[in-house]
Parts: sequence; C-alpha cells; structure tokens
Amino acid sequence: MLAFVVNRLLQAVGVMLVVALVAFVISNYIGDPINNMVGQDATHEDRARMRTELGLDDPAPVQFGRFIAEGLRGNFGISYQLKRPVSTLIAERLPATLELVLVAAVIALAGGVVGGVYTGLRRNAMSSRAIMTVSLVGVSLPTFVIGILLIYGFAVLPKSCVEGMHLFGRMLLTCAEVGAIALPSFGRGDTVELGSWTSGLLTADGWRHLVLPGITLSLFNLTLILRLVRSEMLEVLRTDYIKFARARGLSNRAVNFGHALKNTLVPVITVAGIQIGSLIAFSTITETVFQWPGMGLLFIQSVQFADVPIMTAYLVMAALIFVIINFTVDVLYAAIDPRLRSDRAGTARA
Amino acid sequence: MAGGISIARAWRKVSGSDIYYSFRTSRITVAAAIVTAIIFAACFAAPLIAIQDPYDPANLDLGVAMRPPVFWGGGWDFPLGTDDQGRDMYSAILYGTRLSLIVGFASVLLAMALGVTIGLVSGYAGGATDAVLMRAADVQLTFPAFLIALTLDGIVRGLIAQKVLPFDHDAIALPVIVLSLGLSFWPQYARTVRGAVLVERTKDYVNAARIIGVRPWRILWRHILPNAMGPVLVIATINLAVAIITEATLSFLGVGMPKTQPSLGTLIQIGNDYLSSGDLWITVSPGIMLAVLVLAVNLLGDWLRDALNPKLR
Repeated sequence: MLAFVVNRLLQAVGVMLVVALVAFVISNYIGDPINNMVGQDATHEDRARMRTELGLDDPAPVQFGRFIAEGLRGNFGISYQLKRPVSTLIAERLPATLELVLVAAVIALAGGVVGGVYTGLRRNAMSSRAIMTVSLVGVSLPTFVIGILLIYGFAVLPKSCVEGMHLFGRMLLTCAEVGAIALPSFGRGDTVELGSWTSGLLTADGWRHLVLPGITLSLFNLTLILRLVRSEMLEVLRTDYIKFARARGLSNRAVNFGHALKNTLVPVITVAGIQIGSLIAFSTITETVFQWPGMGLLFIQSVQFADVPIMTAYLVMAALIFVIINFTVDVLYAAIDPRLRSDRAGTARA
Repeated sequence: MAGGISIARAWRKVSGSDIYYSFRTSRITVAAAIVTAIIFAACFAAPLIAIQDPYDPANLDLGVAMRPPVFWGGGWDFPLGTDDQGRDMYSAILYGTRLSLIVGFASVLLAMALGVTIGLVSGYAGGATDAVLMRAADVQLTFPAFLIALTLDGIVRGLIAQKVLPFDHDAIALPVIVLSLGLSFWPQYARTVRGAVLVERTKDYVNAARIIGVRPWRILWRHILPNAMGPVLVIATINLAVAIITEATLSFLGVGMPKTQPSLGTLIQIGNDYLSSGDLWITVSPGIMLAVLVLAVNLLGDWLRDALNPKLR
C-alpha cells in the first residue's frame, strides 16, 4: 500500500511539474513581460535594464526554478488587465467558486442517487422511462443553454407577468404566485465576511442566488450519476445474494437499501470524486451565464484579453485541485478495493 | 453497366450484414440517422435554401431587426424572426449549423489523425517513446478537454496581441478553434489505438508480414490499423457530439466564432443579451437545433458502440 501511495504521489508531482513548465512557457514566451509593464515610449536601454533586473536574461532553467519558487510562495505576478496581484484576485474569487461547486456537487449526488435508485427499482414504470428520456435530453443540452432557460423561466418570466396570463392555453398561476417563485439570476447576493472568506451560505439572499447556478452546474453530473446508479442497481439486483436476501424474508427496504444500494456506491464515489474536478472546470461556463464572481469568470475574461498571469495562475490552481482529487480518489479506491493495489502498483509503471 | 452491378453488389453486402440488421431493428437509431441526414443535407444545401447569406454585411438591415418568428406573431418573410442586426434567423441557423458541423468534423479528423498516429508509434516502438507519449496523454487527460481548448485559444490570442501572429483573431477564428479542439481530444484515440497495437503486434499475421519483409509503417497502416478501426470510429462519433457542444460553448463564452460569422453558440450568445427583455427566439431556435443535432449524433454513437461490441450480440 505504501509503495502504491508513493508511486501515485510521484506521479502527481510529475503532472504538476509538467503543468508548471507549460505555464512557464506561456508566461515567458507569449506575454512579453516588459512590453506589458512599460509604456510605448520607454527607451531601448530602459527595457534592457529592466530585463536584467527582472532576471529575464538568465538561462531558461534558472528562470524556471525561480518561477516554481515564486509559484510555491503564491506569487503569480500582476494582472495586465486589472493591475492587481493575481494571488489577491484569486483569493477573492476562490470562495465564490468553491461554494458554487459544493452546492452543485450536493445537488448532483443527492438527485443522482435518489433518481438512480428509483429508476433502478422500477425500471419499467412510466415515471422511470420519463426520467431516463429527460436525462438523455439533459445530456444533449449544453450547460449554458440550460442556464439560459432557467434564467428565462425563473427570473425573466415572473417579472414580465401580466395578470390573467395564459400559459399553454390555460391559466396556471396568478402573478403573486409567479412572483413568489422568482429567483435572482445575477451575482452572489448578500455575503458575509469570515476573515478572508466571503460566504453566501449564511444569508437567505445568498442561498436564493445559489439556486439557479447550482442547479445549472449540477445537471450534467446529476444525469451522469443517475445513469451510473441505475445501471449498477440493475446489475446488483440480479445477483444471487439479493435473491438470497429476499428468500430470507428480509423487508424490501432492507434488501434495496442495505444490500443493493450499498454495493453500488463504490463506483459512484469514484466517479463523483473525479467529477468534482470537472465541476470546477465547468463552473467557468455557469459563472459566465450567471455573472457569478468566481475564478471561472476571471479566467474567461483573462482568455478574452490574453491576460497571461491570470491564465497561468488559474491553470496551475486548477491542475493542483485536479491532481489532489485524483490522488485522493486513487488512494481511497485502493484502500476500499485491495485488488487494485497489487496489480496496478506492479505493472502500471513499466 | 459495371457501376450499377457493383453498387447492387455492395448494397447486397451491406444489407446482409449484422451491423445493418442491428441498425434496421433499432427504431430510435433509424430516427436519429434520418434526423442527422436531414440536418446534413440542409447544411450542404444552405446557399440554395437560405433566404439570405447571413455572413454578408450587405444583407443586414437594421430596419427589420428583432422581428419575431411566425408562431410569435411575425411575418412569413422571416419565418424564424431576425436578430438585433436584422439578420434572418432561419438562414443564420442553417449557416451556423453548417459551421458547427465543419468545426466538429475537422477537429475530430485532426484529433483522430494525431491520436491514431501517436497510438501506432507508441504501441509499436515501445520503450522510452511509448512512456513519454503515454505520460503526455495521461497529463492531458487530467484536464477536461474544454479547459485545454480554452487555454489554447487564449495562447493564440496572446500571440496575436504580441504581434507574433500577423492576423486579426476574427479572421482566423475557424482554424484556431479547430486546432484547439483537435489538440484537446487526441489522447483517447492514442490510448485506444496503442492498446490495440499491443494486442495485434504479437499475432501471427503480423509476424508473417514482418518475416516477408514488409516495412513497419506498412504493417501498422495496412495490417494493424484496420483491426483497430472499430473502437476508433465509435470514439469519433461520440467525439463529434462533444466537439460540437464544446465549439458552441466556446463561441457562447465569446472566445470562439465571432459575431460576424456566427455559429450556433454565437447565435445563442447574441440572443442571451435580449433574454431579459423577453425576446426568447434568438436563443431558443439555435438552442433547439444544437440539442437535436447533438442528441441525434449521440444516439448514433451509442448504437455504433453496441453494434460493434461482439459481447452484446
């Protein structure tokens, strides 16, 4: 087990080094740092002096070493566009993204497991078929379209309510009722400062602002987990130990949840763990649709303006989060399932 | 008529095959294939059946901007309404879908060419070459392809801003996005092909070819690759759907196709600005088109995966 953990750890460090190298190449050879710092009328001598002072004339390996050392200290330079230290910008934006990802992960897990168990147990019921069809459509609708539709349905439509409005040919709701389900579609709402962490999870307004982006971000993973749980349930329910449990006269509840669901959870935990990384990446889309002031929105803006320091810092941060998640999932999985340990550690790195 | 006979013979061969049988008996797959075929045909015929060329600025008339579609109280001269520039949405959707399909196919072909070549080299060469190439694939698979495409786009923008590339971004948006997507999707192909090469290279027919002096590249292309093409085609089909969605997403985020040459994602982005005033059609019609296209391609991909999997027969 120790060999396995060390092996995985070395691999994680290797990935981070490659990412750091890519980030280094981007920041040194794409954005000319001098050009971005001085104005048009700086003389040639001034530029040369700054190059030497900043160490840009040193050999590339020395510069790479310095880049890593600065990165480890959390120093990624100053944004071209916003003229502020990148580390401060990211520290300000990180809580918004992490809270959004957390809420989306909880929605995806809860909805996915409940829906998966339901459709797995009643595989031929009309309601199950309806859920599966909707989930197929959900996979085909890109995240941003779902976000737009939710904004329209829950933020725009309620505001434009006209008394006596007819929806689909019959009157569904009065304007007061429509107004009550209206949700904000822009920003984080009221936040509370907890030291350097601004949280929207402590105010009612913050929660209301989380609903639409949270659902939007979670939907893809919700359908993924739902389909996974369903197929695992169908598989497990066919096994002999489930038949035996029924033969012993155990209640449906004990069989379905105590025996069947429990045995479906290992792959679900793995997929869910890995998907948290993708939630962080895909939050860039959701944050843009809902103008959510997180890291993803910062990153998209930095790509649009070729703001290299922010781009590289975001990449390194995202890579670090992915690598930590993958490492944790690998180790957890090996701890749960001993078969993986022996044959992977032995043959994988030939 | 030699041509007629060979077509008839080819058809007999196709219609008698297992794959055609599994296609014919799956009603939803046939439906998906028909929908896909209609969309493809409409996109090829776009210049013939469109009302106007939406990429020609001379056709934009602000006087008819924001006209609603027919079913929303608009007139038949613009069946799906117009956008904020007075562009006919029906024509824009046809051309936009064509653009999405071009980007999708081109990037899938690029990723496939790259991935298959790397996979063949990696599997056949083995040793250090194999280790380096496969670790590179591992590192890249750590990140969602969407993020990598986004970063590549940002790098190109940086190069343009530094005047390393003497282009305007809008002018080279199409090749940039194809390149970004192609470079993001290669690892899956490389891994699959490498695995197949490792299995096939020890088989007798490969040894026989080697003994009679066939060159390694010929063995790889003519002998091993055809045996690895099944899974590659399955990945490519599903990849096409992913590429179309990713292109739409990048365009929606404002880093893909420009507004002067809108793809489906760009159209949805244009519509997004007018959503709060309740003008839904600019967003909804391209959104439905995108969803239908992706759903149909996904269904075809699912079917192909099951049809080529001998365990499920």
